[in-house]
Amino acid sequence: MRTLIFYCLIIGAGTGGELCVARAMKALGEVKDFRPHALLAVIPRALRIPWMWLGVALMTIAFFSLLAALSIENVSFVVPVTALSYAAGALGAKFFLGEQVTSRRWVGVLLVCFGVALVIAGRR
Amino acid sequence: MNSSSGLHFKTYLLIFLMVIFGPLGNVLLGKGMKRIGAVDFATTAQGLHLLSQILQSGTVWLGIGSLIIFFSVYMLVLSWADYSYVQPSSAAAYLMVLLLAHFMLHESVSLTRWIGVLIICLGVLVVGYTPPSTTNLK
Repeated sequence: MRTLIFYCLIIGAGTGGELCVARAMKALGEVKDFRPHALLAVIPRALRIPWMWLGVALMTIAFFSLLAALSIENVSFVVPVTALSYAAGALGAKFFLGEQVTSRRWVGVLLVCFGVALVIAGRR
Repeated sequence: MNSSSGLHFKTYLLIFLMVIFGPLGNVLLGKGMKRIGAVDFATTAQGLHLLSQILQSGTVWLGIGSLIIFFSVYMLVLSWADYSYVQPSSAAAYLMVLLLAHFMLHESVSLTRWIGVLIICLGVLVVGYTPPSTTNLK
């Protein structure tokens, strides 16, 4: 049960964090100058966007949940299960970012879910 | 070597590094955390003790370093290559995690798990595959 919470946090908080960061970076506008000093100048601007803080906080929660899950289960089990974030990402892209998700992508997501189901079924 | 094939070589080399360092980071984190043992943070004192154990684990730091290399290379590649071009490489990363876990950590991986991960790889490829017709290249 406790392990299940860790997986939910890795997938939910990890994907939520990425979506928030994506939203913050979209609000920031396209980065065109990749010289080091220009990239450094982007950081304080990015940190003024609340979505960025929420994103970083969620990704931190996901990272520590990953560490917790890895202390209990084998890495060859934990990492494949986290592939469910593709499903969470597709749902988030559709309902949170309002993006169009193609039927091809849904087919891929279904395959990922089927693969994860096999990994869970083959657990020792 | 013209500049186009040079760019291709650079892209493939960096994607190769991503496929190595991402999974290696996860496997090292796994090794470090397994050594610490199943986490327990019911009380604040246990939580702080756990955090200090994590911060003192050299293997966990190697894992974090490896993931930082992965992330830097990833950002670098994305500065010139399309996300949809780079993203399918994470399919190979799932297979690499299993290989590293099997050969470095000697984890036993059942046949069902191998097949499951192969199907996950296929799913990731389908999610990320971009038909050439959507690009501007003719």
